[in-house]
Amino acid sequence: MADQRELLLGLADDELVIGWRDSEWTGIAPLLEEDVAFSSIAQNEIGHARAVYERLTDDADALAFDRALDDYRCAPLVELRLLDWAHTIARRWLYEVADEIRITALMEDADVGGLAAKINREEAYHRMHAEMWHERLLNEPRFRAAVTELWPYALGVVLPEQRAALASRVGLDEVDAVERGSHTDDFAPLLEEMTMVRRSAPAGAQW
Amino acid sequence: MIYEVFRRERNGQAFEHAGSVVAPDMEFAEVWAREQYGRRGESVALWLVPRDAIHDVEDWADEFDLKYRRVDGYSIKARLKEARERAAQPRKVLTHFPRDGEG
Amino acid sequence: MRDEQAFLEYVQGGGQVETADWMPDDYRAKLVKFIEMHGNSELMGVLPEREWILRAPTLQRKLALTAKVQDEVGHAQLIYRVVEDLGKPRERCLADLVDGKAKFHNVFHYPTKTWGDVGVIAWLVDAAAIISQKALLKCSYAPYARIMKKICWEESFHILHGRDVILAMVTGTPEQFELVQEALDRWWGPLMQFHGNPIPKDEDPMYLWRIKSQGNEEARQQFLEGYVPQIWELGLTVPNPKLRRGDDGTWEYSEPDWDELKYVVTGHGPKTDERLAFRRRFLDQEQWVRDAVLAA
Repeated sequence: MADQRELLLGLADDELVIGWRDSEWTGIAPLLEEDVAFSSIAQNEIGHARAVYERLTDDADALAFDRALDDYRCAPLVELRLLDWAHTIARRWLYEVADEIRITALMEDADVGGLAAKINREEAYHRMHAEMWHERLLNEPRFRAAVTELWPYALGVVLPEQRAALASRVGLDEVDAVERGSHTDDFAPLLEEMTMVRRSAPAGAQW
Repeated sequence: MIYEVFRRERNGQAFEHAGSVVAPDMEFAEVWAREQYGRRGESVALWLVPRDAIHDVEDWADEFDLKYRRVDGYSIKARLKEARERAAQPRKVLTHFPRDGEG
Repeated sequence: MRDEQAFLEYVQGGGQVETADWMPDDYRAKLVKFIEMHGNSELMGVLPEREWILRAPTLQRKLALTAKVQDEVGHAQLIYRVVEDLGKPRERCLADLVDGKAKFHNVFHYPTKTWGDVGVIAWLVDAAAIISQKALLKCSYAPYARIMKKICWEESFHILHGRDVILAMVTGTPEQFELVQEALDRWWGPLMQFHGNPIPKDEDPMYLWRIKSQGNEEARQQFLEGYVPQIWELGLTVPNPKLRRGDDGTWEYSEPDWDELKYVVTGHGPKTDERLAFRRRFLDQEQWVRDAVLAA
């Protein structure tokens, strides 16, 4: 049960943080049409995070915002500050491939299988979007370099026993993963900004 | 390329022109149109058509009087009034078709 | 009908114009400038609010604010499409914007300082905008009038969201109430300037062409009539002692600073340079993406 909770918290924290990172592009994406689509994806991720948090607690906001830095279980991949499109889209694509593997595994679970299936259905559109960009940028050196750079981080999103499958789908050889458990330098400033308004009022204040 | 977007809001309604998106191909156009015209669940279906595929029809011959094909080509008011007035007057009611010699 | 006088009578009689129709050069030029400024405003309006998406204090507020700002970008897309079909490509609009050659509304040149601003903007700035937008539903240029329907429909939730944010704070801690009051004090001036200085309708070419169907003062009065009572009923004050509703229903107020308005919209607002530079940075940085995507 503790393992299951850890797994779910990791999933929720990944979705929260990648949703937060993706929402950074609202208003400044390379094309207006993409800006709108990308923002929907970010909102969906936050929605997934909320749905999973609500399985773990009564107060999803408290769980999302009020933990100490070391109590967050997100994978380093989602924490990275990547304010250029090549890296952002490379991360999007790698994350969606990894996420599909872990969500499909969770669909087998008696307890959260239903929720995982719901998330999976919405993620189908994210995958469509990621594949579309992957195909279009396949031969762009910037994109390929970004994928290579982020690959060790992507491996850290899934469990060790799932990494061979991930490597096969991505088409790269398995390397040493950047594991969950410690946070990147980018995480503390993210958490600081994410919680600054919330921390300005006493705990329990309404917003 | 410009893709025109048509949307059906609810089952039973016709597709209506909703706007357009700029996209390199139909795949991008679909992903983008889905969000611009459906992120609130406001459409049950979309049609995407490259603008080039649309054939414009905008000129019409209007040389002769074609009013007989329309409702405004018929004015029955005067005749109807006359018919009603006539029906209101007393008149001989025939019980059979007049035979030779009858008035 | 290639006759300017006939065209004028046509639009003044309620006639609608489509993209392929003949239109006087002056009409087309004024139309493009007006609609382009609207598109620029939607796009620039994203920047003051964007920071607060990242700082939203609950998951619900984060979702709502992201969705609201997403709508503004969506509106920009709709609007620039209309401009493009009138002959000015989107890339040129964006280039002119970041080069400081094109205008956008005064309110988006000002800073946002607290979560109070988030509420005030969504509630009152959007309200001021929606009054103008509703009047544009009758624009003589039909493609623009048509997109205004989608825009007005989407804006309706923005105001409710704004009001909800405000209500949560004015019924929260005293400090939260103060955040709202302080934000309102800062935004009142720009809000009063928003609809522009009171040009008489028959001297306003935008009205003569029926591009606008409402005078500036009419819009401002509608705003005051609709929203000052809402502000006062929450116990908030408006930083203008002269503000009052006259017996004939007309609102009286201190003359807004029209010099400030002119100065700001010609590119000298407190945040103009910083925001345009921010836009330019991303526009330049991601040019390769547009090249990769829009190339055949």
